[in-house]
Amino acid sequence: MSEDLRKIIVDGEEIEVPNSFTLLQAAEAAGREIPRFCYHERLSVAGNCRMCLVELVGAPKPAASCAMNVRDMRGGPNGEPPAMNTLSPMVKKAREGVMEFLLINHPLDCPICDQGGECDLQDQSLMYGRPQTRFAENKRAVEDKNMGPLINTIMTRCIQCTRCVRFVTEVAGSPEIGMINRGEDAEITTYLESAVGSELSGNVIDLCPVGALTSKPYAYNARPWELKKTETIDVMDAMGAWTRVDVRGTAVLRILPRVNDDINEEWLSDKSRFVWDGLQRQRLDKPYARVKGKLSAIGWDEALKVAADKLSGDAKKIGVIAGDLCALEDLKAAKDLFTSLGVTSIDGRQDGAKIGGGAREDYLFNSTIAGLDEADAILLVGTNPRLEAPVLNARIRRAWLERGVKIGVIGENADLTYPYEHLGAGGKTLAELGGKRSGFIQTLKDAKRPMIVLGMGALTRADGGKVLRAAGELAAKVGAVAEGWNGFNVLHTAAARVGALDLGFLPGKGGKDTAGILKAAKKGDMETVVLLGADEIDTAELGEAFVIYIGHHGDAGAHRADLILPAPAWTEKYGMWVNTEGRVQMNDRALFPKGEAKEDWAIFRALSAKLGRTLPYDNLDQLRAKMIADHPVLGGLDHAPGSASAGAFDVAKIGEAGEVTDKPFVSPVKDFYLTNAVARASKTMAECSALKNAPAAQAAE
Amino acid sequence: MAQLLQDKDRIFTNLYGRHDFGLEGAKQRGAWNGTKDMLDQGRDWIIENVKASGLRGRGGAGFPTGLKWSFMPKEVGARPHYLVVNADESEPGTCKDREIMRNDPHLLIEGCLIASFAMQAHACYIYIRGEYVHERNRLEAAIKQAYEAKLIGKDNVHGWDFDLYVHHGAGAYICGEETALLESLEGKKGQPRLKPPFPANAGLYGCPTTVNNVESIAVAPTILRRGAEWFAGFGRKGNTGTKIFSISGHVNKPCNVEEAMSIPLKTLIETHAGGVRGGWDNLKAIIPGGSSVPLIPKDICDDVLMDFDALRDVKSGLGTAAVIVMDKSTDVVKAIARISYFYKHESCGQCTPCREGTGWMWRVLERMARGESSTEEIDLLLDVASQVEGHTICALGDAAAWPVQGLIRHFRHEIEDRINAYRAGKPVAVSAVAAE
Repeated sequence: MSEDLRKIIVDGEEIEVPNSFTLLQAAEAAGREIPRFCYHERLSVAGNCRMCLVELVGAPKPAASCAMNVRDMRGGPNGEPPAMNTLSPMVKKAREGVMEFLLINHPLDCPICDQGGECDLQDQSLMYGRPQTRFAENKRAVEDKNMGPLINTIMTRCIQCTRCVRFVTEVAGSPEIGMINRGEDAEITTYLESAVGSELSGNVIDLCPVGALTSKPYAYNARPWELKKTETIDVMDAMGAWTRVDVRGTAVLRILPRVNDDINEEWLSDKSRFVWDGLQRQRLDKPYARVKGKLSAIGWDEALKVAADKLSGDAKKIGVIAGDLCALEDLKAAKDLFTSLGVTSIDGRQDGAKIGGGAREDYLFNSTIAGLDEADAILLVGTNPRLEAPVLNARIRRAWLERGVKIGVIGENADLTYPYEHLGAGGKTLAELGGKRSGFIQTLKDAKRPMIVLGMGALTRADGGKVLRAAGELAAKVGAVAEGWNGFNVLHTAAARVGALDLGFLPGKGGKDTAGILKAAKKGDMETVVLLGADEIDTAELGEAFVIYIGHHGDAGAHRADLILPAPAWTEKYGMWVNTEGRVQMNDRALFPKGEAKEDWAIFRALSAKLGRTLPYDNLDQLRAKMIADHPVLGGLDHAPGSASAGAFDVAKIGEAGEVTDKPFVSPVKDFYLTNAVARASKTMAECSALKNAPAAQAAE
Repeated sequence: MAQLLQDKDRIFTNLYGRHDFGLEGAKQRGAWNGTKDMLDQGRDWIIENVKASGLRGRGGAGFPTGLKWSFMPKEVGARPHYLVVNADESEPGTCKDREIMRNDPHLLIEGCLIASFAMQAHACYIYIRGEYVHERNRLEAAIKQAYEAKLIGKDNVHGWDFDLYVHHGAGAYICGEETALLESLEGKKGQPRLKPPFPANAGLYGCPTTVNNVESIAVAPTILRRGAEWFAGFGRKGNTGTKIFSISGHVNKPCNVEEAMSIPLKTLIETHAGGVRGGWDNLKAIIPGGSSVPLIPKDICDDVLMDFDALRDVKSGLGTAAVIVMDKSTDVVKAIARISYFYKHESCGQCTPCREGTGWMWRVLERMARGESSTEEIDLLLDVASQVEGHTICALGDAAAWPVQGLIRHFRHEIEDRINAYRAGKPVAVSAVAAE
């Protein structure tokens, strides 16, 4: 996109910048730093903090550089290019003045403030403020507000920048934070002091430039400089958001987002951000075996011996189910081992999704997450993205908010934070939509870049394969897949799922899938079932089978297990993951595994030796080399295939033919805060869940 | 000595409400006379005449009205045009628009039609101050008459479809700021917007909008009827026309009066307000344009002319031409402290300098009024005022800073005396209660 460039003078230096730049951007292009509090790249411009004032040559007053465009600058009287100064005495005085005003009613309680060390106000007062105070009056105090279990408020520190207000209004779409009163009595509060209902509420903590909104679970725990920071990725949903895990000693103390414009921009869902206390609770730190009905700790040698003994039986009577939090290496080692044992009842889809086995496009979010910014019509089928991937949902909201994109939904009529056309609840609506002549089908047909997003609510049912075919046929009919654009998308809910499908962690010839394994186990036809962190299955269905649980949390699977082999959680190991777009990402180890836990792949490697089928790798690098050799697609890190092969993708032929039943689509995420074993062990998540599910309070009359 | 305005040259001939405010009375006084002919002359003729008359906005800033009208897009695009009349007259001391709406509402209504036609707006909103209940009733009654007489509305006799709405404010001073007024009119919290974009580009509901003061709009029909030269014949160059002055405070007969611009301040007060209480020599200071402009002491008042440029030259301003007279019994420090409290109370709290600075200035002034201060603090106060002035989103910051600057500029000695007296343990001379 070509843009009109304009010559301007910044502090005497002539530069050329696009007309649409703000003065702040132009100054940055010239290498100047402009202090700011209210301005944020991803929020609307408020211009209220007045910290970014610059001098416009020829103008009597300084101007807010965040709010003025280069286009609106006036040139000199003799046709000179417009000029601004960012270092002049006028600017210095303006900054000192604003800084002073911000500080006169600020408590200056930095020594006890959680923001200390990473506070914009602290940093900027050092750079741009006066060295001493001239304010002799009493300071204003503001009552703290209740914003729920996640956000700690100390409102006297608030500088009314309204970043939080703009975030919840614009990005999160649940306008519950606002400013009441006026003048120096202005206060930021939630509506009637209720908790913020958004799944993205934690982001206001990052946005707050001062210590007014801080993290409640992290409160008074640590100073930022004490923490070891590890850049890694998130596994709470299938987006694979970029995160930073902050650790002190043996505990994760917080999780923060990192910027990645292709995935999470700079947001993070509340579950991903606050789940960390779950990593300290309910942990499996030693091998356990069930003796006379009770689990008791045993040594690794003995545990491996028991496991090897159980696995050397009839391979047809062994089933393997992988859960939602398995890295690629874990799945690869497990698959190699069990395949060599002749086990065919292997399934990486504990939710029973009828997907996988075919081309990669069948089960990926092919438009890519960033592709949502280009889509001009979106149909959501059997998915509630607000609960399944809140950050992705914020992008759909933005498509509606900024570009007025029309959105249709087949499934639950839930609050998605944006208006949509509810086309129907179940499969029949989907099957019949293609045959309609007007309405939303026309919107999809007219769109240049239509998107169909198929969720697990549509695929984890008995006729999931047929739903897949129906959605594929619809996609073909509206021209959603063409050279350069692939508008057929599957939104996964589990971080491990796409990886499992990529590795072919699926039933082999004559093998059973998850439902089949459970059915056989109940009947007594399965002697041993191996659960690879699989907690989302109905463990009551396992019957009399001997259950080996390999995982990190004492949840449903471990409760039923006869033998527990402890493994690390994702923060405690190196691993590779594939997100819903098919983007292969690597996560870093932030801290060491708990107790005697061993990395999953190493457990399988040790077992393989005991079983006499030694796996051909002795360390993680060799395993990865083998994995990439077997599955070259996993070698391309940080790359989403998108529409690369859209031309060859016959979307109408995916899934299986047949009539779709009219059962309503229901999102698999019943409770956003409790979707996996780590979240269920978290006290914070439990509080959030309790609050969300509490009956609405009656007003006292 | 300038010629006083003669009765035949008055625009608001029912300013004191002695006659019928309604349609019949207004028509007898000349309103709605030849309106159709004026519209038939075309938009450009109207705008050119208003420009030629030299009319400057009567809301306080004094921006040329004709020029403002010409900023509107020439053609109506996808977005409709709007005229918004700012009747949120809340500046302390000012009560001119109140009398227009109460006693001569048809001039305003006619002006709305003409201005809307000139700017191709089919709808006009009058945003009236919350406390003006009686005026609202009068205005609405007059609008009803105009609708019934088909003077305005769909298919009216003037051939320009035009709807006029009255919107009642909720009593916030800040909603008199034009962009805050638009926010309030849209149903949001009244907080000023950032400019640019200016309302002529993106105003009400994002559409091209012009916001004008009641008086600016109400004088337009008469200007067009009697000719731009007639209007331009009053006052000095660049400060032409007639103007309603609101004279209050320590005068014998407080009043609203329509006079020619550039009338000497002393003449204005002596002729129309019965003189200063206790005689001209008993005068201490005058705030010449509503509470937001800096006060001027007696020696300036002696010969200053009441117009935009003359008052600017003495570092004050004409503002809304609300003359607040203070005689020698006034505790001027306490008076400015009271004004400072008003701005602290009315600050919207959106931007930092105004939110924090207004309260700071008020608190310091309150102490100074009691003498509990130091001479260094006078300089601090001046510096704080300069940190507020010109650094805010809207002009409320300036309005809060100017009275303080005026006080220190002209009455620094009085503050110092008081501080010294307090320090010496003498009773602080508080001569009288400040006007509330």
